[in-house]
Amino acid sequence: MADVKKIATRESYGNALKDLAEEFPQLVVLDADLAAATKTGIFRKAYPDRHIDCGIAESNMMGVAAGLSLTGKIPFVSSFAMFAAGRAFEQVRNSIGYPHLNVKIGATHAGISVGEDGASHQCNEDIALMRTIPGMVVMCPADDIEAKAAVRAALEYEGPVYIRFGRAACTVINDKPDYKFEIGKGSIVREGKDVTIVATGIMVDSAIGAAEMLAADGIDAEVINICTIKPIDRDIIINSARKTGKVVTCEEHSVIGGLGSAVCEVLSEECPVKVKRVGMQDVFGESGSAADLIHKYGLDAEGVYKSVKEFI
Amino acid sequence: MDNLQLKKYANEVRKGIVTSTHSAKAGHPGGSLSAADVFTFLYFEEMNIDPKDPAKEDRDRFVLSKGHTAPGLYAALANRGYFPVEDLKTLRKLGSYLQGHPNMHIPGVDMASGSLGQGISAAAGMALGAKLDNKDFRVYTLLGDGEIEEGQVWEAAMFAGFRKLDNLCVIVDNNGLQIDGPIDKVCSPYPIADKFKAFNFNVVEIDAHDFDQIRSAFRNARETKGMPTCIILHSIKGKGVSFMENSVDWHGKAPNDEEYAVAMADLAKIDEELAKEG
Repeated sequence: MADVKKIATRESYGNALKDLAEEFPQLVVLDADLAAATKTGIFRKAYPDRHIDCGIAESNMMGVAAGLSLTGKIPFVSSFAMFAAGRAFEQVRNSIGYPHLNVKIGATHAGISVGEDGASHQCNEDIALMRTIPGMVVMCPADDIEAKAAVRAALEYEGPVYIRFGRAACTVINDKPDYKFEIGKGSIVREGKDVTIVATGIMVDSAIGAAEMLAADGIDAEVINICTIKPIDRDIIINSARKTGKVVTCEEHSVIGGLGSAVCEVLSEECPVKVKRVGMQDVFGESGSAADLIHKYGLDAEGVYKSVKEFI
Repeated sequence: MDNLQLKKYANEVRKGIVTSTHSAKAGHPGGSLSAADVFTFLYFEEMNIDPKDPAKEDRDRFVLSKGHTAPGLYAALANRGYFPVEDLKTLRKLGSYLQGHPNMHIPGVDMASGSLGQGISAAAGMALGAKLDNKDFRVYTLLGDGEIEEGQVWEAAMFAGFRKLDNLCVIVDNNGLQIDGPIDKVCSPYPIADKFKAFNFNVVEIDAHDFDQIRSAFRNARETKGMPTCIILHSIKGKGVSFMENSVDWHGKAPNDEEYAVAMADLAKIDEELAKEG
């Protein structure tokens, strides 16, 4: 078997910004003293005049992005998810969401895979926060290819968008010639009939791994990749739930307010089935390597496999 | 425009403030009245704007960072011709486009605002956008003196000073009162001028109700290159309505029918005095 290709989605983000700069001349990139970490530094190196470092002042940065968008720019605002969605929540809500401005937020270092920095920097709440803002598109790409596609889609879309990227390298899974990306559309990564696993971000890879382990036990799992958590692809979730009757959600995020909640909202209204939510179980994270943390909190393939086995 | 004409318009703006808040039975007349002269000057003399084309690309921009004084802004916009003066009576009512705080659906409003400390950042972003594209429009933003207790104001001030946004004019309405009392008794932001100077602003302090001083301050701002300007308005909260002047009670309270009659009589008296001037 060939070496598995791995790349962190924050790296994909920086590369996408650089690659799309010529095509989108209105694109400007804002950062808050984290360009090396968020990878907007890749863009800065190529387009220094279009990269605005706002210093360690995320609240102001969101407002500056709002103002820039009102002069025709398309700002991509970057920081860690903790500060973009957490610290600056109210600025995003009132200065970007309420006026429905054409501002894109590229939030990196989301979830527990931040690793060694520990709980203060591991944002497991950003999907929940951003999802509550009317008109906000929320995306969580699964790999390099999806991350780049999401950045392009955000630039082509008119309105506020939040995209969540990770720090740790993750497996490329969408490297297929027929790969297509559309905001609001999920995709069936693996067809199955016994249980549906709905995953987002790096958890799609864990879900695929878990499905393979389940297959060895004779359990045929369907795996759905939901990149756009809002607006969510209701049909793909409902159709699969009708077929399997059992749904497991997987996210590198709190089980409160994120993908699991979004899926439950859809299913409780249209196809009530039992749902198991895999994710951070209402706890803070801790320091450790990304791999160790993902394992400890049951977010790797083995963890998802165990959760599914217990559930069905 | 001569000062007499400006004073007449300012008095119409004050009537709009009193009338709209009376009709709404809510709203913020005090800080609207303290800024009525500067609203008038901005919309009737200073800014390059066109009420018939509110989204004109090269227009000057205004962000009401102290968004609760929307009645003052709306009264200025209405009198300038953006929408009918009669509509001011719909302020804050269900179904009206005149929301309690400014939003993007109101003709002439360049940015939604109301959560304090945020407007100045958006204004800085607009000013930076003009610089990036070599456009020569200017950006004005009005803040309350209580509002500058918000930390974000100083993040924005640092940004604007560092970026040398000389197309940005920050106006601070220093009427000295906030909801809980005098600003220097609540959590003093003084010295205001020194703070903005420390963030590399050109600072001008004026009497907020003297059109010669207002005109000269905005000229100074336009002529200052390489740094943003902060105009500190020494103003009287509730200016023009006898019982509202310098009274913290009128920060966020509407006049009842009786009070409305007294207020409108006060403003009618000002009209009479102005009529004598010519």
